[in-house]
Amino acid sequence: MSWNRVAVVGAGLIKFGELFDQSYEQMAAGAFAAAVDSVDHGFEPSQVEAAFVATQRGTLWGQEGIGGNTVPSAIGLAGIPCTRIENACPSGSDAFRVGAMAVASGVHDVVLVIGVEKMRDKSAEEGLLARAAAGHPIFTRGETAPVLFAPFATRHMHEFGTTREMLASVAVKNHYNGARDPYAHFQSEITVEDVLASPSVCSPLHLLDCCPQTDGAAATLLVRADIAERFTDHPVYVAGFGVATDHPYLHEKSSFVGLKATQLAAERAYAMADVSPADIDCAEVHDCFTITEILDIEDLGFVDKGKGGVASLDGETSLTGRIPINTSGGLLAKGHPIGATGVAQLTECWWQLRGEAGDRQVELRHGNALQHNVGGRGSGVSVINILTTNQP
Amino acid sequence: MSDVTTPTEEWTKPLPTPDDVNRDYWQAGTEGRLLIQACPHCGHRQFYPRALCTSCAGEPEWLECTGRGTVHTFTIVRQMGMRAFRNELPYVVAMIELDEGPLIMGNVTDCDPESVRIGLPVEVHFINAADDVGVPMWRPVPAR
Repeated sequence: MSWNRVAVVGAGLIKFGELFDQSYEQMAAGAFAAAVDSVDHGFEPSQVEAAFVATQRGTLWGQEGIGGNTVPSAIGLAGIPCTRIENACPSGSDAFRVGAMAVASGVHDVVLVIGVEKMRDKSAEEGLLARAAAGHPIFTRGETAPVLFAPFATRHMHEFGTTREMLASVAVKNHYNGARDPYAHFQSEITVEDVLASPSVCSPLHLLDCCPQTDGAAATLLVRADIAERFTDHPVYVAGFGVATDHPYLHEKSSFVGLKATQLAAERAYAMADVSPADIDCAEVHDCFTITEILDIEDLGFVDKGKGGVASLDGETSLTGRIPINTSGGLLAKGHPIGATGVAQLTECWWQLRGEAGDRQVELRHGNALQHNVGGRGSGVSVINILTTNQP
Repeated sequence: MSDVTTPTEEWTKPLPTPDDVNRDYWQAGTEGRLLIQACPHCGHRQFYPRALCTSCAGEPEWLECTGRGTVHTFTIVRQMGMRAFRNELPYVVAMIELDEGPLIMGNVTDCDPESVRIGLPVEVHFINAADDVGVPMWRPVPAR
């Protein structure tokens, strides 16, 4: 494949949480400033040639009519080309992929990818959960967001003997990591008992099996790899990416113990990056619910199909485990401001690969990190990006 | 022909709007008949009704089902933001594996939600949401 190599020279985010006092524009400006400040040799905002903004659902703050024009003026760059990317829960990771392609193609040398989402301004009646429930007019049957994943948990437990404790161990691990991430929405450790004692939302999932609704923003700066040294002595490169779709609606899934979109996207990303799951040092994966992370680590090839629950309970995915997963706290603890989520995951991968993850730092053996989202009425589309410190 | 119930109270859940592709499907529901689509070109069977076969883009035909199936997987919903569904909590959302092959999403009614299991045999019944819209629902096959 012939493409110009792409380097990530800056990345940053704002503290995730319930940000009622911050506007969409303010959140975007905060994330952009954090990314600019992270560039080792300094970065002038005017160097940004084009921007790609991920916002999944503007209606959650009353502005569905947001185009690419919303962000540039908010960050002092009115006039630059800017395009909004909407691709369900992977919107942020897809904006990153599109931004990387803009540099890889040779059209732009310096690109901003920014994800911004306000999730909490609307009431529950008008918010994401109610809208998810509206579903498809033909066959909606009162499904909520957790209904898009709970039946996978029921089936995974049935086929592989996965237990409630195994599911809970994912939440316990991610909250442990979140307690070490100053940007996480939740920063408290929890126990398996806490998860099991939390209210049942949608069997077999309890409240602490579910990610919160969180406001947030994150940004990355991408440049042509051969000019990266102007910005940093420690560039991180885009090694590859993969995208795949699946039937969007739950009853048309070919399996309830795996996500086809993730499996296909992973094949493509690994092939493009020319790496295998064993070459990945750590991964940020889509853990909107505990079962989702179990499916992810199987579908991404980190553990055998059916072994995700056991691997989680045994600590294989902890900070010091064989394959550390969601070192940032994941969606479960850091939060899931949809458009920002993928960009924030990539920021965590960037910090890990540069050895800047503080108390969450994992051992780097191969210099590769993987970022993954899946979404679109649950699992209709998956986007994966792989970052590396290895010179292309 | 399966049971069809016309509720006395107003339908407050999302109401489907029949269109050229699915009008026959909704109408059949009011008559107690469950339709899926079968492709005469490649044999693929699909639910819900669409203009094209999802497997080969051929033009599908109607196939009337027996209305029998088993629970492939399910969840018991205990929290719901929408009032029309919240009034019915807890309720079951299940993937029903039809005897004809495809899965269909549905509610399993007329039983204790806690009694639903993977493999449970179920049969269809219909609730009329409007004069021309019969919505399929599912209940355990009565023991003989």
